[in-house]
Amino acid sequence: MNSPGFFDIISFGPDGWGHALTAGAWMTILIALAGFAIGSVIGTFGAWAKISGGPTPRVIAEAYTTILRGIPDLLVIYLFYFGGSAVVTAIGQFFGAEGFVSFPGFVAGALAVGVTSGAQQTEVFRGAFRAVHPGELEAATACGMGRMLKFRRITAPLTLRHALPGLGNVWQVVLKESALVSVTGVVELLRQAQIGAGSTSLPFDFYFIAAMIYLAISTVSGAFLNASERWFSRGVRRG
Amino acid sequence: MDIAFASETLMSLLAALPLTLELAVTAIAFGSVLALALALARLSGILVLDWLARSYVFVFRGTPLLVQIFLIYYGLSQFAAVRHSIFWPVLREPYWCAVLALMLNTAAYASEIIRGGLLAVPHGQVEAARACGMPRFMIFRRIVMPLAIRQALPGYGNEMISMVKATSLASIITLMEITGVAARIISETYRVIEVFVVAGAIYLAINFLLTRLIAFVEHRLSPHQRQPMPIRGALKGETH
Repeated sequence: MNSPGFFDIISFGPDGWGHALTAGAWMTILIALAGFAIGSVIGTFGAWAKISGGPTPRVIAEAYTTILRGIPDLLVIYLFYFGGSAVVTAIGQFFGAEGFVSFPGFVAGALAVGVTSGAQQTEVFRGAFRAVHPGELEAATACGMGRMLKFRRITAPLTLRHALPGLGNVWQVVLKESALVSVTGVVELLRQAQIGAGSTSLPFDFYFIAAMIYLAISTVSGAFLNASERWFSRGVRRG
Repeated sequence: MDIAFASETLMSLLAALPLTLELAVTAIAFGSVLALALALARLSGILVLDWLARSYVFVFRGTPLLVQIFLIYYGLSQFAAVRHSIFWPVLREPYWCAVLALMLNTAAYASEIIRGGLLAVPHGQVEAARACGMPRFMIFRRIVMPLAIRQALPGYGNEMISMVKATSLASIITLMEITGVAARIISETYRVIEVFVVAGAIYLAINFLLTRLIAFVEHRLSPHQRQPMPIRGALKGETH
C-alpha cells in the first residue's frame, strides 16, 4: 500500500485531511473559548467573594481555588463527563428511557475547563483589583456614582487592564488543556489527529501537524493579547 | 456517600500512589538537569545556543503535553529506524515514554524559572567572589548557584506541583497511576463522586506536603532574610 506523504495529509484535496484538521482546530478554539468564558464568570464571582464577600463566601472561594489548583485537570474532566452522564442517565430513567445516556462531551469539556480556569481567573482578578489605586474608587464614590455605575465605569475597566497579562497566561493554559477534552470523544484537534493516525498509520505526521497547529493558535492569540495589552494601557505612564 | 466503598477505593488508589510519585520524581529530577543546561544556554551569550534553547522552550511551552506524549509514544514507532535502534526497548515502554515527555516538558518551563533565578543574583556578590580570587567554576558552584536556587525556589515549587498533576496524563497511554485506576473504577462502578473525592484528596495531600516541603527548604536557604533572634541578655539590660 502506498502511504500518503506529509503534504498529501495537509492538502485540502479528496484524500487530504486539511478540512478535517481545520474543523478540529475550530472545535479546539470553541472549547477553549467556551471554557474561558465560563471561567471568567466564575473568576469574577470568586474574586468578589474573596475581596468583599462575607465569611461564608470567602471560605467557599478559598476552598474552591485550593482544591481546583491542587488536583489534575484530567480528573475534573472525568468528573464532569462521567458525573454528567450519570445525572443524564438518572433523568432518562425517570422518564422511562432505557440504558446509559452519555453526556455531551463538548458541554462536559467546556464545564471542566471552565471550572479549572475559573480558579486561576479568581486569583488573577483578585490580584488585579488589588492593583487598582484606591483613590480612583474613592473619587468615583465622591462623584456620587451608584454601586453598579461605579463597577461598570470605574472598577471593571481598571481591573481588566491590570488583569490582562494574567488572563493571557490563563488563556494559553486553557488552550492546551482543551486537548484533554479529547478523552470524552469530542472531535477536536487532538482527537482528529488520533483518527487520522489510526486510519493512515502515520501517527508521527498527524501528531506533529497537530502540535504545529496548537503552536500557531497560541502564537497568534499571544500576539493578539500583547497588542490588546498595549492598547488598553495606552493611558499608563511607563518608566 | 458509601464509606465501605470509599475506603475500598482509597486502598486501590493508594496502591497506585508509588507509580504517580515515581513518574513525578523521575521527570522532575531529569528535567531539572536539562532545564539548567537550557538556562545556561540562554545566558551563554553564544547566539546559536541561545536560539536553540529559545526555540526549544517556545515549542514545548506552546503545545499541549498530551500531544507531546502521543508524539513520543505513538509517533516515534512510525519510523523503522527508531524501531530497530538500541533505544527501542526503552521507547516501547509507556512508562519511559511518559517520563521522557514529562521531563522534556518540565525542562522547558523550569529553564525559564532557573534563568530568572540566575539573572536575579546580585552582581556585587559575583564581583566580591572574583575579588576573593575564586575561579569561574567555583564562583558558579559556591555563589551563583545557591543564590539562584533560593530565588527560583517558589516558582520551581509551582512547577513541581504542576508536574505532579501532569503525571495523570500518563493514564491515557495505559499507565495505571492514580488517575488511571480512578478512571477504571469509575467506568466499572459508575460511582463518580466517591472516586473523584478520594482521588482528589490524595492529589491534594501530595501537593500540600510538597508545598510544606518547599516552604521548609526555602526557610532553610534564607537565614539572611530572617529577623535575627533577640538576645536574652541584652533584653534584660533594657528593662530599667
